Amino acid sequence: MTYLITQTLNGLFSAALLFLIASGLTLAFGVMKIVNIAHGSFYMLGVYVASTVVLRTGSLFAGAVVAILVVAAVGFLMQRVFLRRFPADPLAQMMMTMGFALLFRDLALMIWGGDPFTLQYPGRLRESIEMGEVVFPSYRLFVIVVAALVGVGLWIVNEKTLIGARLRATVDDPEMASAIGINVARLSGVVFAVGAGLAAFGGVMGGPILGGYAGLDFDLLPLAFVVVIVGGMGSLKGALVGSIVVGMIDNFGKALVPELSYFTLFAPMMVVLALKPTGLYGRA
Amino acid sequence: MKRIKCFAVILALALGAVFLRAQAPEGPIRIGFIVPLSGAFAQNGRDILNGFLLLLDEVGYRAGGRQIQLIVEDDEAIPAQTLTKARKLVESDRVHLMAGTLLASSGYALAPYVDAQQIPMVFPVVSSDDLTQRRRSKWIVRTGWTSSQPNHAFGEYAYRTLGYRTVATIALDYAFGWESVGGFQRTFEAEGGRVVQKTWTPISVHDFAPYLAQIPRDVDAVYALFLGRSAVQFMRQYAEYGLKGRVPLIGSGTTTDEAVLISMGDEAIGTVTALQYSAALDTPDNRRFTAAFRRRYNRTASYYGESMYTGGKWVLAAIEALGGRVEDRTKLLEALRAAKPTGLPRGPVELDEYGNPIQAIYIRRVDRVNGALQNTVIDTIPRVSQFWKFNPAEYLRQPLYSRRFVPGT
Repeated sequence: MTYLITQTLNGLFSAALLFLIASGLTLAFGVMKIVNIAHGSFYMLGVYVASTVVLRTGSLFAGAVVAILVVAAVGFLMQRVFLRRFPADPLAQMMMTMGFALLFRDLALMIWGGDPFTLQYPGRLRESIEMGEVVFPSYRLFVIVVAALVGVGLWIVNEKTLIGARLRATVDDPEMASAIGINVARLSGVVFAVGAGLAAFGGVMGGPILGGYAGLDFDLLPLAFVVVIVGGMGSLKGALVGSIVVGMIDNFGKALVPELSYFTLFAPMMVVLALKPTGLYGRA
Repeated sequence: MKRIKCFAVILALALGAVFLRAQAPEGPIRIGFIVPLSGAFAQNGRDILNGFLLLLDEVGYRAGGRQIQLIVEDDEAIPAQTLTKARKLVESDRVHLMAGTLLASSGYALAPYVDAQQIPMVFPVVSSDDLTQRRRSKWIVRTGWTSSQPNHAFGEYAYRTLGYRTVATIALDYAFGWESVGGFQRTFEAEGGRVVQKTWTPISVHDFAPYLAQIPRDVDAVYALFLGRSAVQFMRQYAEYGLKGRVPLIGSGTTTDEAVLISMGDEAIGTVTALQYSAALDTPDNRRFTAAFRRRYNRTASYYGESMYTGGKWVLAAIEALGGRVEDRTKLLEALRAAKPTGLPRGPVELDEYGNPIQAIYIRRVDRVNGALQNTVIDTIPRVSQFWKFNPAEYLRQPLYSRRFVPGT
């Protein structure tokens, strides 16, 4: 029982981080139909920017705010200045994001060096909660709650606001959306920036546990892709369900059969794709 | 007429080449050096290079009466790239010897090429056991260590001196992990101890939660093998899951080496590990080296930083012994194997006949001294060979340590 509770909470923590990364990735895909290879770099840049801020101010909260703003701005510029030039050419866009990913990796190495680091825990979240036999880090619980709040926030924006309506219209049919007066290009820039900011926020949230290091960008990217593919490209609900499915399976897979950790991660993806090629909530 | 002119030009060029070749010993000694300077392992590569640069500066880039020219190449920690760079160094730059590389995969990729080209090469870091054992290469001289070398000593020490009887291990799932854990288990169990659980984590692991939840709480100690960022993450999560303070943590030298120690906090204090070097080693040679390294690079010298300072001493001693005449590769290789450099930061080292160092293994405990974490040397096991106390011939008859196979257990 203890084991089950601990591992379930662990799975939820993985799911929380994955959701922060994958929600931005899936939004960008939904609106622009591009596969963003640089999405892991946004996560990495988030940790690095936050590390600089935390070093100066000692506050993880300040680090998170600055990281989100800086990385969102980077994403916005990337979309407006570069990606926008290839609206009908997803392959060129993808290669460009690949180029950016390598660029960011070398830049990070130049600016922050290659030493690994972890961020400080905020306030009193360093301690672990002990309930009988169950020992669980309070910071991980905090991240689960924060990610849930972000999920609720995204859902409200997506379902209850005008921007959300435009977003959904664009995801469903970009041409029609632009014909009825939605500025798809500007919307793309905003969505890309929000996605980048979310990834950066994920980086900061993971910072006290996973930290930052050279190579972080490409370590998390495959996981995020699995989430998006399982959930269905372009669907927020899919990103949420996909995160939980992948987080749980990955965690229990590693716990039960550590030697098969890649198999247990990718096998469910293949099963889902075989049964439902568009993913759980994706549309053809 | 035209043909004769052409012929004359070729003849002149050929003569010139012969003339230049005869003059060659007057030119600088060219040393090719390969380490990752970009990508995920850039900092480790930089540290290895820095140790060498420090040494070359100390001798003014001169040895055996000749100038030394260092040609540095970045292999990005990709084995195919390592090979490409080695080709460039040997076939285009015509280096006299090579040194370097970090990853075992790069080391194994290089070995056949080095043998085919018959070019002497110094391996300061790559620790895969078989490079100086079952698949040893004539032209490779290792000044570093084998993965199992410190762990043979450490397994016995854990039983006899630390008094542990049961240990659970958690390690990265690849050759370095298997050889290290295998070495530890072999001598620990030979004494009567028992490794009750072995957990292997993928190299790409960053969240240790699923593994940590399964580590038995009733063992005497947990042996951990990680390196780089995984060591930093593991250390933090070991404390996070309430294991620190409950089950003592021991492990391989890389789990707490100085390159990762600077990124750790109080959670690392008390961890006991074994390696052939510690920056806190209190000898005049090491104090001088660490002070010089810190002055120049504003960093603590890690085992990476020390590796090529010591490896470089081997190179310089060989060049001195030959009086700078490094053109004969066989003689150069012999000189490298026979070299006995002194004043090494890690203490006295000699090469065994398989081309691997016999050296002291230090048992180190992480302490906070003057505000900074360090690997305090709490015990020294002198003259440890890659074969420990076993007979080399018998040792080599058994297969290499693997994920499942450990001889004698």
